[in-house]
Amino acid sequence: AAMAVNADLRRERAAATFQPELLTHILDGGPERTRRRKEIEALVLNDPDFQHEDLNFLSRSQRYEQAIRKSSLMVVKLREYGIADPEEIYWFKSFVHRGRPEPLDLHLGMFLPTLLTQATPEQQDRFFMPAWNLQIIGTYAQTEMGHGTHLRGLETTATYDPSTQEFILNSPTVTSIKWWPGGLGKTSNHAIVLAQLYTQGQCKGLHAFIVPIRHLGTHEPLPGITVGDIGPKFGYDEIDNGYLKMDNFRIPRENMLMKYAQVEPDGTYVKPVSDKLTYGTMVFIRSFIVGDSARSLSRACTIAIRYSAVRHQSELKPGEPEPQILDYQTQQYKLFPLLATAYAFHFVGAYIKDTYHRISGDISKGDLSELPELHALTAGLKAFTSWTANAGIEECRMACGGHGYSRCSGIPDIYVTFSPSCTYEGENTVMMLQTARFLMKSYTQVTSGQQVTGMVSYLNDLSRQRIQPQHVAARTVTVRINDPTSLVEAYKSRAAWLVESAAKNLQAELNHRRSKEDAWNRTSVDLVRASEAHCHYVIVKLFTAKVAEVADTAVRAVLTDLCLLYALFGISRNTGDFLQAGILTSAQITQVNQHVKELLAVIRPNAVALVDAFDFHDVHLGSVLGRYDGNVYENMFEWAKKSPLNKTQVHESFHKHLKPMQAKL
Amino acid sequence: VNPDLASERQTASFSVEKLTALLDGGAEQTRIRRGVVEAIESDPIFSRENQYFQTQNERYEAAVRKAVYLQKKMHDMGWTENGPEYKYIYRALSGDVAFLLHRVFMRSISVLGSDKQIAKWIPLATQHKLIGSYAQTELGHGTYLQGLETTAVFDTATQEFILNTPKISAMKWWPGDMGRSATHTVVFAQLYVHGKCYGIHPFIVQIRSLQDHSLCPGITAGDIGPKMNFEHIDNGYLLLKNVRIPGENMLSKFCEVRPDGTYVRQGSQKINYFTMTTVRISVLSDEVLTPLMKACTIAIRYSVVRRQSKLKPGEQEAKILDYQTQQEKLLPQLATAYAFHFINKYLEQLFSKGYREIQRKNFDMLPELHALSSGFKAMITQHCTAGVEICLRACGGHGYSLLSGLPSLYTKILASCIYEGENTILLLQTARFLIKCFMAASAGQPVPPSVTYLAAVKHGKCPAKNKLDFLSPDIYTEAYQHVAVRLMSSTAAKLQDLIQSGVKKHDAWNQCTVQLVQAAKAHCHYIAVKNFAETVEKLETKAGIQKIMKHLCDLFALHGIFSNTGVFLHDGYTSAAQMDMVTASYLDLLAVIRKDAVPLVDAFDFTDKSLNSALGSYDGQVYQRLYEWAQKSPTNQMSPAYERYLKPLLHNTLSKL
Repeated sequence: AAMAVNADLRRERAAATFQPELLTHILDGGPERTRRRKEIEALVLNDPDFQHEDLNFLSRSQRYEQAIRKSSLMVVKLREYGIADPEEIYWFKSFVHRGRPEPLDLHLGMFLPTLLTQATPEQQDRFFMPAWNLQIIGTYAQTEMGHGTHLRGLETTATYDPSTQEFILNSPTVTSIKWWPGGLGKTSNHAIVLAQLYTQGQCKGLHAFIVPIRHLGTHEPLPGITVGDIGPKFGYDEIDNGYLKMDNFRIPRENMLMKYAQVEPDGTYVKPVSDKLTYGTMVFIRSFIVGDSARSLSRACTIAIRYSAVRHQSELKPGEPEPQILDYQTQQYKLFPLLATAYAFHFVGAYIKDTYHRISGDISKGDLSELPELHALTAGLKAFTSWTANAGIEECRMACGGHGYSRCSGIPDIYVTFSPSCTYEGENTVMMLQTARFLMKSYTQVTSGQQVTGMVSYLNDLSRQRIQPQHVAARTVTVRINDPTSLVEAYKSRAAWLVESAAKNLQAELNHRRSKEDAWNRTSVDLVRASEAHCHYVIVKLFTAKVAEVADTAVRAVLTDLCLLYALFGISRNTGDFLQAGILTSAQITQVNQHVKELLAVIRPNAVALVDAFDFHDVHLGSVLGRYDGNVYENMFEWAKKSPLNKTQVHESFHKHLKPMQAKL
Repeated sequence: VNPDLASERQTASFSVEKLTALLDGGAEQTRIRRGVVEAIESDPIFSRENQYFQTQNERYEAAVRKAVYLQKKMHDMGWTENGPEYKYIYRALSGDVAFLLHRVFMRSISVLGSDKQIAKWIPLATQHKLIGSYAQTELGHGTYLQGLETTAVFDTATQEFILNTPKISAMKWWPGDMGRSATHTVVFAQLYVHGKCYGIHPFIVQIRSLQDHSLCPGITAGDIGPKMNFEHIDNGYLLLKNVRIPGENMLSKFCEVRPDGTYVRQGSQKINYFTMTTVRISVLSDEVLTPLMKACTIAIRYSVVRRQSKLKPGEQEAKILDYQTQQEKLLPQLATAYAFHFINKYLEQLFSKGYREIQRKNFDMLPELHALSSGFKAMITQHCTAGVEICLRACGGHGYSLLSGLPSLYTKILASCIYEGENTILLLQTARFLIKCFMAASAGQPVPPSVTYLAAVKHGKCPAKNKLDFLSPDIYTEAYQHVAVRLMSSTAAKLQDLIQSGVKKHDAWNQCTVQLVQAAKAHCHYIAVKNFAETVEKLETKAGIQKIMKHLCDLFALHGIFSNTGVFLHDGYTSAAQMDMVTASYLDLLAVIRKDAVPLVDAFDFTDKSLNSALGSYDGQVYQRLYEWAQKSPTNQMSPAYERYLKPLLHNTLSKL
C-alpha cells in the first residue's frame, strides 16, 4: 500500500527556492530528452518481465542467472521497440539492470563496436550478423593476470604459420592467462583476444584476433581452450569475469582483425596507416567514466541527503525535539560539498562528451590536432573524478551511520560497482602521469618560446611573467572569494605553480645526471599533484562557465551557490598549496573557511530539491534509506523480513549445533 | 619462495624476529601466540578456506559450528579464559566465529549486575546453558543513548517490569547474535515507575525458548538482512510487546527499584561510562590495527612480486614497489600501523591504571580517559579504514577480487567507524573536553597531563634550516603541538565571540563543530606523533630496531604534515621554503624505508592461513595461487543459466531475434 510522503520530506520540498524539474532538464540536455528518458524508464518499469526479487537476497549464481535472463529479454525488446540511439540504449539497459553491469556488456559495448571499426568488410560479413543475432556472443580479452594498464607488457602470443595459413595462439606463462574480461567465464563463445603477433620470426606488437572459445552447439570449451570464472569479487556479482588459457590453439589467418594492420598469406606484415585513431575509443570510454562518476555520486548523495532529512537524533537546543541530522553543521559539511561535486562532474562529463563528438566529426575529416590534448585531459579527469566519487560514495555511506552499512541502504552496492573504475580503462595513477606527461611537454614548449593552446594555455602566461614571489604576492589581492570567475583564476595560478614546481624538480633530478626514467620516477609524486591541480582547475572553470549559461534565475542562483561551494571547499581542503604559492593570504584562507560554512546554511533549504532534481526512480536507486517518500523505518523492517536467514523461524544450525552443545554441557 | 620476494628478505637492516617480539611484548608472548595460532589453524574445523565462496547462511552456520567447537578445543588444549593464550584465540580465528556478543552479555552482567545477579547468571552463561546478546541500538537511535525509546514499566502489583517497543523506530536493530542464536539479551530501556521516567537502564530478557528455540510470547525477532560484511553474524531485530520479566532482572549494581516502587541510585554510574570507554580501546587491536597490518602485508608483498612497465629501457620490468607513487601510497600506511600499535599500547597501559583508580572510587582520571578513548577511537578507525582502502586500490584489478583478501578486510574494518560510537560525535566529545581544559588552562587552573601543553602557547617560528632538520623529532613534534594549540585557541575564540555577540550557546557550538572536529583531530595526531617519538627514544639500539622505527616515526610525522600543509603554513609557523624541505625529506624517506618494506610486514607475523589472500602469501606465488583458487569457485560448476537462458539465446530459439 502506498504510504503518505514523510512530513519532513514534504516540508523540505515545499521550502525549495527553485523548480527541480527545470534543473533535471538541464542535466538531461533539454526537456525533450527528459521526457524521452522517462518514457523509456516507464517501458521497463511497467514490464512484468523485468521484475524480480531484491538482488540483495540472492547468491552470486542467482544474480548471474537473473542478469542473463534480463539481458536476453533486453536485446529482444530493444529491437522490438526500435530503440537504436546509443544514449537511449544506455537508458534502457540501465533501467533494466538498475545501474548495475550485465553479462552482455562487453559483447554489446566492445565486441560489436570493435568488429565495426577494426574488421574488414569480409570479416564483417562472417561475424557481424551472427554476433548481432547473438549466435556469437563475444567478449574483449585484453587484460592478463600479470599485466593491465601497461599494454606493451602483455604476453599472449599469436604466431603465424604460413604452411597452414593459421595463427597459433598460446598463453606461454601463468601470468599470460587472460584474466578479468567480463562475460568471458561462462557467457561468451568468442573473444577478441589481444596478443603479441609473431610472423617471420619477428614480434610486431599487439594485435586483435577473433578467437572461438566454446562450441556453438554444446557451449563446451573447445580443445586447447581452458576457460572459467575468476571467482568472487568485491562487486560485479552478476558478471562472469573470466580467465582464458590457450594451448597451441589454431585460428585461420582471416581471424586477425585486418582493417588496419595485415598479415599476408606468405606472412608478410603490412603496417597500419595511423595509430592515433585508437585514441578515439579510449577518450570515449574515459569520458563515459567521468559521467559515471557523476551518476554514482549523485545516487549516493540522493540517499544520504534524503535519509538525513528523515532521521532525527540527539538535541541541538535543550528541551526541543530531536532535530533532523541534516541540521548539524558537521553533517552538512560531509554532504553538501559532495552534492556540489556531483553537479560539477555532471557538467564536466557532458563537456567531454560534446567535445569528443565535435572532434570525432573532425577526425573523419582528418583533423586530429585537438585529439592529443583531449586524450591527455580525459586521462586525468577520469582519474580525478573516479577517485573523488569513490571516496565521496563512502563518505555518503558513513554519513548514514550504521544503517548505511546495511545492504538495504543501497550505498554498499553503488560503492562496489563503482570502485573498479579507479582501475579499469587505465589505472588512475598511471592516468595522472599521462596527463602530467602532456603538461610537462606543454611546459617545455612554452619555455622554448612556443605558444600552447587549449586548457593549458595558462602556461603561456607563466613564461611571460616568470613567477616571482613578489609578483605572486602582488596578485593575491585580486582574488575575490565571492566571485567564481576570480576563483577560477586562483585555481589556474595553483595549477601553474604546481606544474612549474614539478617541471623544475624534474629538471633538478636530470641535472643530477639521473636517467630520464629515473628522474621521472623520482618526481612522480609531484607530477601527480600537478595533474590533479590541472584537472581541478578545468573542473572549476567548466562548472563556472556552465552556470553562467543557465537561463532560469532561480536555478542559476542555486547552481551558483553550489559552484561557489565547490570552488571554496576545494581551496579549504588544499589550503597549503594556495598559501605556499602565495595565491591567497592566511586572512583570505580564514575567510574562505568561514564562507564555506555560510554556504552550507544557504544550501540547506534546497538540499532535498537538489537531489530530487537528479530524478532517480526508487527502483533504480535501490535504497530503503533513500526512498522518495521517506518512509524509511517501516520499509527497513519489511525488507529485513525477507532475509534468507529469516526463511524459517528456527534456523537449522540450532538443531545441528546449539542443541547438541547445550545437551552436552 | 618467489625470488623477487626472497631477495627483499636478504637485505633487511634489522632482525625481523626481534621486531616481532617487540610487537608482541616479549619473545615468550610470541611463543604463546604462535602456539595458539598453530593449534587453531591445524584444526580443519576452523578452516576459512572456502569463506569467499559461501553464502550468508553458510557463513552463519560455520561461525556457530566454530563457536561450539571452540569450547571443546579450549578444554582439550587446557586454555582458560584467564590464561595467557586466551587473548590470541580471536586473532587466530580471524574473528570468524559466533557468540561474540555472548561475551559482552557476560561482561555487562559482571559490571552492572548485583552480586546476586552475577551468582545466578554468570555460571549459566559460562556453561552455555543460555546464549546472550546485548540489545542497545534501535532502528531510530544509535550513539545518542538518551534518545532510545524502548520502555520498561514497573508493575508494583506483580513486581514485574513490562517491556514494550512503542513504535517502529524503537525496535532493537543491529545487536549481534540476536537474529537467530541468542536465547537471552540485555535490553536497554527507559525505566518508568509510577509514571515517572528514570532514564536508560539494563534488563535481562529471555527471547527464545531453551527447549525448542522458538520465540517467547510477546517477542518478534529475526535477522536484519545482508550487510557489507559480518555475514557470519546474525545481527538482529527485536520487537517487545508487553513482555513481562521479574523485578530481579533489572541489573542493579548501581540502581534499584524497591518492591514499593522506590527508585534508589547507589554509587556513581560513571563506572558505566568507563566500561563503554574501555570497550572502545579494547576493540582497536584485533578489529582495527590487525586489518591494517594484514592489508599492508598483502599489498607490500604483492607489490614486489608484481612487475609492470619499465623504469629503465632495456631492463626487466620493474617491481611496482619501486615506483615512487606506489611507495607514497603504501609506506605511509605501514608507518601508520606501527604508530598506532605504539599509541594503542600506551592507551592500554593508561586504561589499566585508570581501572585500578576507579575501583578505588577515584574518578579523577575519568574525563581525560573518556576524551582520549573517544578521540583515538575515531582517529585510529578512520586512518586504518582509509589505509586498508588505499592498500586495496594499490593492488589494481586483483585487489578487487575477494581472493586477494582485501575487500573483506575493508568491508569489515569500515564498520568500526560507526560501532562503539560514531566518529564525528566522538570527536566532538573530545573537543568538548579540550575546550573546557583550554579555558581552565588559560585561567591558570590545573588540567590533566595530556593537555597541559594547551597552557604553554608559544608564538615562535619553526626553527628548521634544512631538510635534515625535519628528521628531528623535536622539530616536528613541536610543529604538531603548535598546530593543535592554534586550532584549539582559534576555535575557542570563535566560540567566545559568537556567544558574546548574542548567539545562543548551543547554536554557537553547532556553528563551530567543523572547526572543533578539526581541533580534536589535531590534538590526537599530536599525541600520536609525540608518543611514537618517545617510544623510539626508549627502544634498544641493538639489532637495528631503533633505527628503522625512527625512520617510520619520521615518515608518520612528515606524511601528516605533507597531507595537511595548509594548517602548518597558516599562521606562518612553517614557511613556504620549509614546506619544500618537508616534502624533500618525506620523499627521501620513502626510498629509505622501501628497502625494508617486506621485512617490516613480515614482522607482523601473519600466517598464510590467517591472511587468506592469494596475493599476500609468504612465498609470493601470487599468480599460481590466484589461478588455483579461482578454479575452486562454485561458479565454475555448470550454471543453470546456460540451459535456461543462454542456450535459447545462442540457438536463436528465443522469440523474434
